Amino acid sequence: MIPEELQTIPVVAALVTAQPEAVVGGKSDHGELTLEITPERIVEVCRFLKEDQKFARVSTVTAVDWYPEEPRFDVVYHLHSPERNERLRLKCRLPGANPEIDSVTLVWRGANWYERETFDLFGIRFRNHPNLQRIMLPADWEGHPLRKDYPVTGDRV
Amino acid sequence: MSELETPGVAVETEAAGQATPEVDPRPRRLVLNMGPQHPSTHGVLRLLLELDGETIMSAQPDIGYLHTGIEKEFEVKLYQQAVTLTDRIDYLAPLSNNLCYCLAVEKLLGLEIPARAQWTRVMLTEFTRLNSHLVWLGTHAIDIGAMSVFLYCFREREDILRIFEMFSGQRMMTSYFRVGGLALEPPRGWQSRVKTFIDVFPSRVDEYEELLTNNRIWTGRTQGIGSFPLADMLDLGVTGPMLRAAGLKWDTRKAQPYSSYEKFDFEIPTRTENDVYARYLVRIEEMRQSARIIKQALEGMPEGRWTADAPHVVLPERDKMKTQMEALIYHFKIVTEGFRVPAGEVYQVIESPRGEVGYYVVSDGTAKPYRVHVRGPSFGNLQAVPRMVEGTLIADVIASIGSMDFVLGDSDR
Repeated sequence: MIPEELQTIPVVAALVTAQPEAVVGGKSDHGELTLEITPERIVEVCRFLKEDQKFARVSTVTAVDWYPEEPRFDVVYHLHSPERNERLRLKCRLPGANPEIDSVTLVWRGANWYERETFDLFGIRFRNHPNLQRIMLPADWEGHPLRKDYPVTGDRV
Repeated sequence: MSELETPGVAVETEAAGQATPEVDPRPRRLVLNMGPQHPSTHGVLRLLLELDGETIMSAQPDIGYLHTGIEKEFEVKLYQQAVTLTDRIDYLAPLSNNLCYCLAVEKLLGLEIPARAQWTRVMLTEFTRLNSHLVWLGTHAIDIGAMSVFLYCFREREDILRIFEMFSGQRMMTSYFRVGGLALEPPRGWQSRVKTFIDVFPSRVDEYEELLTNNRIWTGRTQGIGSFPLADMLDLGVTGPMLRAAGLKWDTRKAQPYSSYEKFDFEIPTRTENDVYARYLVRIEEMRQSARIIKQALEGMPEGRWTADAPHVVLPERDKMKTQMEALIYHFKIVTEGFRVPAGEVYQVIESPRGEVGYYVVSDGTAKPYRVHVRGPSFGNLQAVPRMVEGTLIADVIASIGSMDFVLGDSDR
């Protein structure tokens, strides 16, 4: 659950009131606010944050691989509101087997390439993405290089 | 896309000896590959343009030609070794990337950086902004057809590279900012070199403006070109001078100051025209403001240490290492094992010449970063290319994409 001291932060309070089940955790360290969201609710949460809380931009979308732990992947969204001069980090935890999450491209069109990059390098699928293809690597590349079980050196088998 | 359905040219066919006009079913669209080696794409960007006559019906940027797996490489380097990777991301603004990475790691370590190092960082990052804007102005002008501006811009850029060389020993891949401060003590006599440059530089900006600002060809090629609404820019991830030329007064240096930018007096230039010309004017004014910042840094440079008081992170001075046992041990440990960074995550954002640079650094408590994600401004800006050029003429594509000032190394990493 969300720690008590975070509940006084306006954006957290508003989000918890609007989407009570969506927020499963949070922390604030190094002056940065992180909220953990259930993957199924990410689009609703993002839409609320954009339309109601004025987070006009998604700065970046990426992932972290915690192999061999489970749930293996963190999908990380960094939001930014120039109007409020605030930043916010959202995190969704996904399992290692067949990681899938809804795309937020319909909320911010700018998420498009970041999600493609995350798909390309981590193999996380974004449902309802308009053009989920590799962006950095050639289309026939095998494997997803930023996964921790992808070797750094050596010949391709 | 409704224009696409307009019927093609009427052709005359001779069927059964009778000439009846028929409509050619083939669409008049032409697919044109612009790049990856087109000179105006500055790097290797491929634009897949679909043309109807000279009008662009759709544009698809294709990137990734310069992908070198830098983010993977971060994971096998020690924290201090990884600084050299940040140089190579955006080769026109290496010090901005050095700074952002160092600030992120320092935040995780909880290090306090002495004032002298912070001010030197500000001064050199502003030189980086000048360097980058000069290369942009020169090449952008050459793309549009003004040759001589390029030569003037590179004259000043050479002076800046010499200043970088004086500080770091390197002209481009400087790696001068390290976790905990600076790599080397600022060299003797840097003040006079910087002063000589900064006294002359504003008059040099006047020279560029004389060549371009009221030049009829320049205004004709740039005014009213490449504009699209601010709301779309924010939605698509555009940052930097493009936003400021569209009227949004947002600059991370002012909004969320880092490395003591709050102690400097400067303005954020904005325009409202939101075209290629406005972006040019914003960058010209940014050069003047950077010169102001450098001047303030030169005049008010604090004395004192140039590295943090953290012997487990910062390499000891050479003579101490050779005379003191403890310094030798620290030196040995930092070089062979690196330093451990407490587990945690940080997203540090700074304003680079091109826009918002963000470093997301995740530590698992070891001496190597667990994950580093780089948010390069060029990647976000390039997403807006279709929105900017679709429906415009092909002759304006070069002016439009030039006004974005992207670096493909920054976008592909």
